Amino acid sequence: MKPTPSFNRSLWVYHFNSGSCNGCEIEIVAAITPRYDPERFGIKLVGSPRHADVMLVTGPVVKKMKDRLLRVYSQIPDPKVVMCIGTCGISGGVFYDSYNLEGPVDEVIPVDVYVPGCPPRPEAIIHGVVTALAKLERLEGGSA
Amino acid sequence: MTLAGTIGSIILWTVLVSLFGLVAGLFLLGIDRKLAAHMQARIGPPLRQPFIDIRKLLVKENIVPENAIPWLFNSAPVIAVVSSLVILLYIPLGSLISPLGMYGDLILVMYLLTIPALAMVAGGFASGSPYATVGAQREMVTMIGYEFPLAIVVIGIAWRLWAAGVAHPFLLSSIAGNPIWGIVGPLGIIGLILLLIVLAVVTPAELSRIPFDTQEAETELAGGLLVEYSGRNLALFSLSTAVKTLVMGALAVAIFFPWNLSSFVAMPAGVAQVADLLFFLAKVVLVMFITVTLVRVGMARFRINQVVTVYWVHFALIGLAGLLLLMADSALGTAAGVL
Ligand code: SF4
Repeated sequence: MKPTPSFNRSLWVYHFNSGSCNGCEIEIVAAITPRYDPERFGIKLVGSPRHADVMLVTGPVVKKMKDRLLRVYSQIPDPKVVMCIGTCGISGGVFYDSYNLEGPVDEVIPVDVYVPGCPPRPEAIIHGVVTALAKLERLEGGSA
Repeated sequence: MTLAGTIGSIILWTVLVSLFGLVAGLFLLGIDRKLAAHMQARIGPPLRQPFIDIRKLLVKENIVPENAIPWLFNSAPVIAVVSSLVILLYIPLGSLISPLGMYGDLILVMYLLTIPALAMVAGGFASGSPYATVGAQREMVTMIGYEFPLAIVVIGIAWRLWAAGVAHPFLLSSIAGNPIWGIVGPLGIIGLILLLIVLAVVTPAELSRIPFDTQEAETELAGGLLVEYSGRNLALFSLSTAVKTLVMGALAVAIFFPWNLSSFVAMPAGVAQVADLLFFLAKVVLVMFITVTLVRVGMARFRINQVVTVYWVHFALIGLAGLLLLMADSALGTAAGVL
């Protein structure tokens, strides 16, 4: 199904921790504080993957989390966008050659937007969301 | 009018009122979110955000989990929306006649109010997820909690109207037609204020809002009852919440603030109905702001065992005190009449 314009104005975000050090979580929470107020654009955090449009994945994928990540990813109804927050999820970051990693997030599920930083600033996360919006708009134009 | 004509006009009126209920309910949710955002020093979403959310949910995939009971899982949201719309048909909206107003009274409305909640409970149990099951159990406990204080309010008001000699005291049109504040004496006014407080505390629980949203608790139950719902079904549940918000506001307005603008200012009939409707909406927004928005921004969530204590002990006692005051007031009134 192709997204409509109202899709962009109502992104519900689900956050998944696949083995992060919690630094990225703190910045995500900072990005939803009144100072940045993403609810202006209809963005809100939801507790269930079934309600989500965007999945934020933080941290490298550790061995135990791989199955869970795949399962949660498939629980999100289409159309969906995956954002990878933090250097860990992009390359492994400080955990780069650790023995218990399945590898970066994009080796497990398809990632649409990468937000680098360890941890990324809230501004960077919001910029990532804007990039995701642009991608959704391209999808709309593409499949119309 | 012929029978067919009557039925036809009732159906037309029903459709119009339902559409009005959906639109007004969604706007109410938008106003609620905007006001809450302003109270937290944010800008907040646009007023039409709930409409955007619904449209988005309609394009999303509608997932039915593998271990759910599909027919129950899919019919629960429909029942929730339809039953909340049906309640709206019994409640007076401004000076407009409600389509089914003469066929049902406040007791029926009280029963109907439980149906959307029961539909959510059925949907929760049918989704086959432990989170939803816990949420459904909590919803039932909450319902058992708030029904009692709500019944006290309804009985109290109707009994006082009956004592004052109003015919059909349970009929919403006679409740709205005889503003209760004008009937009672000073003691009764204190009693009515207590009952008003009880109704204001029951409202957030009916709408599963903070502080009584243990059944949907996002942070502990991940959405609780609604955890497995997505796409169209979730949209229907949001619509049902929207209509229920309007219903609870309209109920509080009909019982406690039934005045119409047209009874104070002389106006031609057509203008009067529009003005009354706008005035009614303004009253509903005010009621909703105080009972839902203010409370949900200012408070944290109760635990489920606290919910029951709050309703059965604290607010049942406050309600009974209000009821006693109303009875004392009526007795004093009769005594004064005899002397
Ligand atoms: S990117 Fe940095 S802050 Fe984020 S999870 Fe990895 S180590 Fe922690």
